[in-house]
Amino acid sequence: MQEAPKVVYELEHFGMPFDRNADGTIYQRPFGGHTANFGEKPVQRACAAADRTGHALLHTLYQRNVRARTQFFVEWMALDLVRDAAGDVLGVVALEMETGEVMILQAKATLFATGGAGRIFAASTNAFINTGDGLGMAARAGIPLQDMEFWQFHPTGVAGAGVLITEGVRGEGGILLNCNGERFMERYAPNAKDLASRDVVSRSMDQEIKEGRGCGPEKDHVLLKLDHLGPDVILKRLPSIREIALKFANVDCIKEPIPVVPTIHYQMGGIPTNVHGQVVAPKGDDWKAVVEGLYAVGECACVSVHGANRLGTNSLLDIVVFGRAAGDFIVAQGLKGRAHKPLPADAGDVARARLARLDGATTGESVPDVGNALRKTMQAHCGVFRNQELLSSGVARVMEIEERVRRTAIKDKSRTFNTARVEALELDNLIETAKATVVSAEARRESRGAQARSDYPDRDDPNFMKHTLWYREGNRLTYKPVNMKPLSVDAFPPKARTY
Amino acid sequence: MDATQLNRLRWRCRRGMLENDLILARYLEAKGTQMSETDVAALDRLLDLADNDLWDLLSGRTEAADAGLQPLLQSLRRA
Ligand SMILES: Cc1cc2nc3c(=O)[nH]c(=O)nc-3n(C[C@H](O)[C@H](O)[C@H](O)COP(=O)(O)OP(=O)(O)OC[C@H]3O[C@@H](n4cnc5c(N)ncnc54)[C@H](O)[C@@H]3O)c2cc1C
Repeated sequence: MQEAPKVVYELEHFGMPFDRNADGTIYQRPFGGHTANFGEKPVQRACAAADRTGHALLHTLYQRNVRARTQFFVEWMALDLVRDAAGDVLGVVALEMETGEVMILQAKATLFATGGAGRIFAASTNAFINTGDGLGMAARAGIPLQDMEFWQFHPTGVAGAGVLITEGVRGEGGILLNCNGERFMERYAPNAKDLASRDVVSRSMDQEIKEGRGCGPEKDHVLLKLDHLGPDVILKRLPSIREIALKFANVDCIKEPIPVVPTIHYQMGGIPTNVHGQVVAPKGDDWKAVVEGLYAVGECACVSVHGANRLGTNSLLDIVVFGRAAGDFIVAQGLKGRAHKPLPADAGDVARARLARLDGATTGESVPDVGNALRKTMQAHCGVFRNQELLSSGVARVMEIEERVRRTAIKDKSRTFNTARVEALELDNLIETAKATVVSAEARRESRGAQARSDYPDRDDPNFMKHTLWYREGNRLTYKPVNMKPLSVDAFPPKARTY
Repeated sequence: MDATQLNRLRWRCRRGMLENDLILARYLEAKGTQMSETDVAALDRLLDLADNDLWDLLSGRTEAADAGLQPLLQSLRRA
C-alpha cells in the first residue's frame, strides 16, 4: 500500500502513457469496490492508460529491459524446477521449441511470473496459455499451493466463448435479463442492481440458471441487454463490445441482447510468497520458511494481498509492487559474487521422464479430450455455487481424470515447434492446479470471499480464518494462520458486506 | 504447407489474449494445411503485432496500412 503510488510514479517516469487530468497530473477513475473507510464512500483511485493499461505496462517495462540488456529466451518452455537435497532451487529444466532440445538453465535466483491457470475451467476469460505452468512446476517440486479454492468469476463472459464483456456495459446502463425478460438483479441487490460486485452478480445469475430461468434452448445462460442505449452510446462509449458480440456470440448488440454466463477470471491463490517475492513453505515449526533461490510474482503467486477475493485493477498493481520488490531484493543479494551451488545428480529427471513417457506412448487418449473432460468437471463441480455433494464427487472425478492424464498419447513426435507436445505438458500443470482447487474447496466448509457454498452460506472465522496449503504428495492439506499484523495500518477483522 | 511450417505457425499463434486465440485457432483449424506461401508470410507479419493491435485488425476496428495483408485479413475475419 505504501509502495503503490511510488511504483505508479516510477512507471510514469519510465514513460508509461497514463491518462491525465487537465493540469497534467495522473487521472484516477472510479472503479467497482474502490472505497474509502471500508465502504463508506466510493473514491477515484484507478490509474489507467486508456483501455490498454496492461499493454502500455508491458511495453514500458520491455523498453527498460532492452536498456538493461536483458537476454530473453523467447521460444522456450520451462518444464520443471531443479531442487537439491537441501530444498534450494537451482534453476529450471526448459525445452527449446525450435530444436526440441531439453536443457537445464542453472540459476542463482529463479523467479516465476508464469500467470494463472484459468484454463482449468470450461468457461474462462483467460487466453489459451494460462495453464498454470508455474503452479504445476512448484507442486511437482514439493512446494505447496496456497488458497487455491478462491477463484473470481466475472459475471459477463460471452456464453460458449468466454470472451469478457467489460463492466462498463452495465456501467453505461446495460441490464441482465432471465428467460421471462425479468431484470432479476433488482431482486438480489435492490440498490446496486446490475452494478453489484462481481461475485454477487455471478451468484445471482447462477441461481437464475439453476432454478430454470436461464435462456436459450438449454436454458444455460442469461441475456445482457444494451440495445436500449442506442447505437450512438454503444459505438462511441463501448467500442469493441459490438465486434465481440458479432464475432463470438453471433448477435448484433445494437438490436439483440448478448448471451452471457459467469466466467472464471482470476485466481487469488498460488505459490505462497512473502513480501519480497520469496517462495515460502512450512518447515518444522516455521510456517514461513524460505525456499532458497525461488521467487514468484503476479497471478501465479499468492502473497495474499487479495485475500479471498480481488478488486478490479489490483492484479496489475500487485504485479508492479511485488515484481519490483522481488527485483530489488534479488539485486541486494549480491549474487554476482556468489558461486553456483552444484547441481544434484537427479537434476532434470522429472522433466525428462515426462517427455520420455510422451515419446514412448503409442496408444492412449487424446490430450484435448482429457483436457475438455477436466474443464467440464471443474465447471460443473467447482463453479460459482459449491456444496458438499458436488465437491466430494468433484474430487473423485478429478482424481479419475488424473489417471487419464497419465495415459495420454500424442501422434506427432516431431521435435520442431511441436505444439501437441506442449499441450500435453501443459495438461500436467492443469491437473495439479485443478486438484489443488477442488480439494481445497471441498475442505473449506464455509463461504468466504469468492468461495460460495450453498450448504455453508456464512463465514466461519473460528474454524476457517486460515490459509489453505495443498501438497501434491498425498493430495493433502495443511493450514497456516492469517497474518493479522499488517506492515503499515492497524489490523481490522473481516466484516459482512451489505448491499 | 508442410507439417513443420504449420507447427511453427501454431506455436506463434499461442498468444496472450483470448479473442485472438479463438480466431487464430479457428483459422488454422479450417485453413491451416491449405495456406499459400503468401498467406504464411502475411500471417507471420500479423503475428509480429502486439495483441491489442492484432485484435483491432481482426475485429475490423482498424485497417492494415499494407494492402498485401488484406486477403489474409479478410479470411481471418470470416473465421
Ligand atoms: C480479459 C482480462 C481482463 C483483465 N483486466 C484486468 C484489469 O483491467 N486490471 C487488472 O489489474 N487485471 C486485469 N486482469 C487480470 C490480469 O490481466 C492478470 O492477472 C495478469 O495479466 C497476470 O499477469 P502475470 O504477469 O502474472 O501473468 P501473465 O500475464 O499470464 O503472463 C505469464 C507469462 O508467462 C509465460 N509462461 C507461462 N508458462 C510458461 C512456461 N512454462 N515457460 C515459459 N514461459 C511461460 C507466458 O507465456 C506469459 O508470457 C484481466 C484479465 C483478463 C483475462
